[in-house]
Amino acid sequence: MDHISLLLVVIPLITAPIVAVLPRGRLPWAVTLVVTTLCALLAGMQLWTVLHEGVISYELGGWAPPWGIEYRIDAVNAFVALIVASIAAITLPYALLSVEQEIPEEKIPLFYSALLLCLTGLLGITQTGDIFNVFVFLEISSLSSYALISLGKERQALTSAFQYLIMGTIGATFYLIGVGLIYSQTGSLNMQDIATILPGVVHLKTVDTGFAFIMIGIAIKLAMFPLHLWLPNAYTYAPSVVTVFLAATATKVALYVMLRILFIVFPHGFALATPVEELFIVAGIASIIIASIYAIYQEDVKRLLAYSSVAQIGYMVLGIGFASATGVTAALVHMFNHALMKGALFMAVGAIIYRIGACRMDQIHGLGRAMPWTFGAIVIAALSLIGVPGTAGFISKWYLVSAALEQSAWISVAVILFGSLLAVVYMGKLIEALYFKPITETGKEVTEAPLLLLAPMWTLVLANIYFGLDTNLTVGVAETAAATLGVMKP
Amino acid sequence: MKPNLILHVVAKFLIPLIIIFALYVQFHGDFGPGGGFQAGVIFSAALILYALVFGLDAAEKIIPSHILRILASLGLVIYAGVGVVTLLLGGNYLDYTVLGSTQIAGQHLGILLVELGVGITVAAVMLIIFFSFAGRGRV
Amino acid sequence: MDFFIGQYNYWVVIFLMMVGLYTVISRGNLIKKIIGLSIFQVSVFFLYISMGTVEGGAAPIITEGVKLYSNPLPHVLILTAIVVGVATTALALALVIRIKESYGTIEEDEIHKLDHSL
Repeated sequence: MDHISLLLVVIPLITAPIVAVLPRGRLPWAVTLVVTTLCALLAGMQLWTVLHEGVISYELGGWAPPWGIEYRIDAVNAFVALIVASIAAITLPYALLSVEQEIPEEKIPLFYSALLLCLTGLLGITQTGDIFNVFVFLEISSLSSYALISLGKERQALTSAFQYLIMGTIGATFYLIGVGLIYSQTGSLNMQDIATILPGVVHLKTVDTGFAFIMIGIAIKLAMFPLHLWLPNAYTYAPSVVTVFLAATATKVALYVMLRILFIVFPHGFALATPVEELFIVAGIASIIIASIYAIYQEDVKRLLAYSSVAQIGYMVLGIGFASATGVTAALVHMFNHALMKGALFMAVGAIIYRIGACRMDQIHGLGRAMPWTFGAIVIAALSLIGVPGTAGFISKWYLVSAALEQSAWISVAVILFGSLLAVVYMGKLIEALYFKPITETGKEVTEAPLLLLAPMWTLVLANIYFGLDTNLTVGVAETAAATLGVMKP
Repeated sequence: MKPNLILHVVAKFLIPLIIIFALYVQFHGDFGPGGGFQAGVIFSAALILYALVFGLDAAEKIIPSHILRILASLGLVIYAGVGVVTLLLGGNYLDYTVLGSTQIAGQHLGILLVELGVGITVAAVMLIIFFSFAGRGRV
Repeated sequence: MDFFIGQYNYWVVIFLMMVGLYTVISRGNLIKKIIGLSIFQVSVFFLYISMGTVEGGAAPIITEGVKLYSNPLPHVLILTAIVVGVATTALALALVIRIKESYGTIEEDEIHKLDHSL
């Protein structure tokens, strides 16, 4: 089992073209389901191996690093890979019915093929230790997600996919420029190798410039405020399954790249010598407040949740901005927990769309009573999003607040608490519409969503509660990961 | 499409040359400049020229689009499959050395197969892009 | 003066980069946006290729009697980046065709107008 880290990337890569030529029907879905489950198991094994036996290094093509591409897995990668792979595995059972309803039949094999390619890209980013390889995988995942988003039912899906394509490509090209500048000074593309060479050339302006380009490029992919403009549209108009998958994985992986570049590739203290830390804190605070306020005024439920995602990314960015072990732990824990809660929420909204074909605020009045299980999922996930004790969301907020208190950053503490308050308002608005408003008479009887949609949704909801009570896995691994990143400040 | 004698004759003269050049670039890729990407594009250029001169329907008779889709997948499977074979033979992924008796023979065979996969996929994808753009809007 | 002439490759790159980025931002026509995006990407290809040049170095193909070669690695990286660029352009064009079919226009402001009227 020396090849786990490689198989995680190659298995979805090799199945994607096969799925594309499979006949219509449920076979493409079944194959994808098997592959994603296998990947989740492998990712779990990989994390176990890393925690017990230390860093895995895999040389592609037998070329030794720094000349060849190296897959280098430590606790951080393994943790993020596990998030991505398990979310994919949980999304797939949900996908069957939702996709059959939302995607034209002849496109279904291609849909699953694109989903697998997106998974390949996301997992690839987490596995590779080569800074250029990150760009390639980033583009594999981005290109397939543009295609996936454009498959949405409404025609706005096309324009939002185009908007995302323009911004995403600019982001990727910025990243590429940065990598080029770093390469011109270090002559290496291997992250570990760059980290050892950079201290010698760190005084050069080129390195600063490269760093800035890389940061901006990833910030676009991460939808970090104020570069988030593509995200609300993309999440709103994408097919439900795609929204679930991307909301829970894509931005997380971008955040991981940012962590790795900030703390591993660039020498210790480099980020601290530039005003990047303050910028992160300001961007984090701004996105928590502004995006949450935007969320309150949304009439489309998916768009409301999308703005909420931008706000949650703000929390993670804030955690990185503290540049302390607790802060980074908080960011990593929130990465995991946010995947759980947003996954559950978007799945619930997808179930509503499955039943009534839309999710505007005025169309869902009273649906909570017709779909009690879906409604229950929304309520618990909403509590988790707000950060009520006993849910996963509380854990990450707790660590974030402690990180802020460590540095006596009172404004940040206030903002985190105020952000939770705003979350109460916008989630309250959704719950009010779902439960307390009288049912709009459409003459159509709405029933509970089918079990195949409910089961994955409730798996995530129960995970929200479980990880709110037992923090060994999330916080334990995140702390190991933060230690791996070697964050400097106490 | 109105048949145009000069175009037809020139195209029929050029297309075989383009295909031979594509094959040269493909299989010369491990000695000199060349390789699957370039060869694939040149190869598809030959067929696109055919489609431009003789019409889309004639070109689709040579390579129907469902076969193109299979070819595009096949190329990627060849590429990834070579990697899997090297895994099964006990090497690392894409470690061609284990494919042959000596290191040089192994690397040679490996890169040839991988470039073949790349060439097939690139040619097929280029043609798919061309056909789907050109065929759009026709009934 | 050497600052301008000695580093002319970077000036070309910066010029192309700005032209591309400006086109993407300022034009409302989606096709023009794609053209701008391509120019922007190509400028980065130039950056890499000019970086890999070794003064007096030959093309990186092993030939007898040649000692000094240019760095081949940037070429390989850019080959990959070109493929990514082609894929992006093809996908963007496909999206524009679909947009044209469902909106009847590829001007950004007209598309916005159509969406708000719905």
